[in-house]
Amino acid sequence: MKHIISVLVENKFGTLNRVAAMFSARGFNLESISIGETEDPEFSRMTIVTRGDDQIVSQVLKQLNRLIDTIKVTDLTKQPHVERELLLMTLKLSKTTQHEIFELINVFKGKVVDIKQKSITIEVIGSPDKINTTIDIFRSYGIRELARSGAVAIHRGES
Amino acid sequence: MPASGQKLNGSEIFFECLRRENVEYIFGYPGGALLKVYETLYDVKDIKHILVRHEQGATHMAEGYARATGRPGVVLVTSGPGATNTVTGITNAYMDSSPMVVFTGQVPSTLIGNDAFQEADIVGITRPITKHNFLVKDVRELASTIRKAFYLATNGRPGPVLVDMPKDVLNATCTFEWPETVEIRGFKPTVKCHQNQVEKAAQKIAKAKKPLFYIGGGVISANASEELRELATQQNIPVTMTLQGLGAFPGDHPLSMGMLGMHGTFWANQAVNSCDLLIAVGARFDDRVTGKTDTFATQAYIIHNDIDPTNVDKNIKVDLPVVGDAKHFLQTLLEAMPKQHEDRTPWLAEIRKWQEQCPLAYTNEEDSLKTEYVIDEVSRQTSGDAVVTTDVGQHQMWTSQYYRFRKPRSIITSGGLGTMGYGLPAAIGAAFGVTDRPVVLFCGDGGFMMNVQELVTAVHYKVPVKIFLINNSFLGMVRQWQELFHQEKYSFTDLGDSNPDFVKVAEAFGCKALRAENPAEAKKAITEALAWNEGPVFVEFKVVKKDMVFPMVPAGGSISDMLLERLNPKTMV
Repeated sequence: MKHIISVLVENKFGTLNRVAAMFSARGFNLESISIGETEDPEFSRMTIVTRGDDQIVSQVLKQLNRLIDTIKVTDLTKQPHVERELLLMTLKLSKTTQHEIFELINVFKGKVVDIKQKSITIEVIGSPDKINTTIDIFRSYGIRELARSGAVAIHRGES
Repeated sequence: MPASGQKLNGSEIFFECLRRENVEYIFGYPGGALLKVYETLYDVKDIKHILVRHEQGATHMAEGYARATGRPGVVLVTSGPGATNTVTGITNAYMDSSPMVVFTGQVPSTLIGNDAFQEADIVGITRPITKHNFLVKDVRELASTIRKAFYLATNGRPGPVLVDMPKDVLNATCTFEWPETVEIRGFKPTVKCHQNQVEKAAQKIAKAKKPLFYIGGGVISANASEELRELATQQNIPVTMTLQGLGAFPGDHPLSMGMLGMHGTFWANQAVNSCDLLIAVGARFDDRVTGKTDTFATQAYIIHNDIDPTNVDKNIKVDLPVVGDAKHFLQTLLEAMPKQHEDRTPWLAEIRKWQEQCPLAYTNEEDSLKTEYVIDEVSRQTSGDAVVTTDVGQHQMWTSQYYRFRKPRSIITSGGLGTMGYGLPAAIGAAFGVTDRPVVLFCGDGGFMMNVQELVTAVHYKVPVKIFLINNSFLGMVRQWQELFHQEKYSFTDLGDSNPDFVKVAEAFGCKALRAENPAEAKKAITEALAWNEGPVFVEFKVVKKDMVFPMVPAGGSISDMLLERLNPKTMV
């Protein structure tokens, strides 16, 4: 099962390496990892997407906690949370396809960030599932290049 | 001791910090990046620096010292090769949870990343093999980093911590301030066990008809042997121990089952198989203990106490996890035990039957020597009171079987990593820490050569360590597997033609050296060695070549697959 884990860490050099190295050393699956400074510059927040059965995910959480530079480890999977990913994608553009492409960009609530004679670069934001669908749909128009940010996630606020 | 608030350079701060951590010994080797530190060390009289002959030796010595005393071992080495040479020793300490602080010199911070002379990214290299590590970038952070390093190494599950110190940081000056307290946000080990879990454990124990303690090294590092003895004797519960747990419970006590696992006793393994309650304390269900996990302790309700939550449910799914310090667990358990408990006499009788059915035994012959006899005889002559270090292999397993460990901190051995070459330096380190008990080393002829240079250290500092070389002219354990599982293809394990004359080697180092080739000579040599305290003494025991360690559970096998003796007996050479 897929799990999305939020990890609050010390904002120090080497922290990302410690976390990533732990995953590879213990053979855990690491689907995506993203990191950025938080509202307090002493801390960074990592969002990790991993897969595994309950026993493995429980080990992942414990091993993350065991690292000295991790402050708080939260499995967001079963809690109310918001999850987003950014997709940047360059597509081939031609007279015959441009109309359909523009319509699809609207459907996915994407934005055009760059356009040339024969190519168009778009951004789409959404859940990783939506990003997967976006990529699938656009594939037939010819994807030149794409980059995904990996998921970032956060607890839903208190009501 | 200069007070906080004085202006000092990085090297002076380094020693001030070690004083405040009550460091007795540094195991080290100088080099370019550490010149300033060694300049300061020249006038330091209260901390003793032991000059080793290879940085790997320094790490094993520090670990031997740490395991013998319970205090953290301290290593000081230069940058680049000095630092990379510590990698095996650090990994060993990490696997066996030994408290150790390793200080490495580093090229000046302005040169880091430039492939400078003797530069190695030791912080990057050691990240997966340390509990934590630090690169000190500013002299003002040196004291607080050293404080944190010792705190991390010794609190929670102990382990090695590395501090990398660039040359310019050691030269720079600042106002020295010793932090009286340590605050590490991401490190809050659970020391106190959850009371509800302890009470549940107490109820389970009282009602168990066939309970068994499975004790690991955690009981020794938590100094919880007294509590264990009290609980086991009060409840009449048999105790089996892991390699690192030996000595946590007296080996000569009727409730002691000896070691379990791959080369454990027949009765300990049968007891694991048949018990209805397994109480694991400070142990981690290592594959050398469990064999095939599906068939391990299948009849048992399993209670698992460990200070490291990652050990819980890692290899074996347990029924009642109790995270916390072993001493706290056993103390609170003693308080929580109901007055009445089940009668364990039938259970103990069942175990005794297994013991009679398949005791540990060897045959002694007049004109040839067996390792089992040597260890048995040393155990007798030292009354099981020595600090025993071993290297890795057959002699190590025979030590676990035939040396009757009576006290905690008596076995110092490379369990997790299985590092050949560990024994000699570890014994020397232990002998620096412990002076009121004899320190004995059992070592094979393969492993001895892997850190033989440290014989210089032992001779130079007149360390009264008893070096018992078990020479079968083979890499015996590998040979055993080759015979049993690899069609008797003794590929590169016969050292007979290439081994040196070990007595001459020892003598060339300036070490008193003896040789024994039969039981009578061995007995005499052991007596003579134990009486010699003016420095190290070396005895070469020329033992039979093709002896094998039994019982043996083949790797990944179940207890029922246990081999009790050679399947096709061959004549001993």
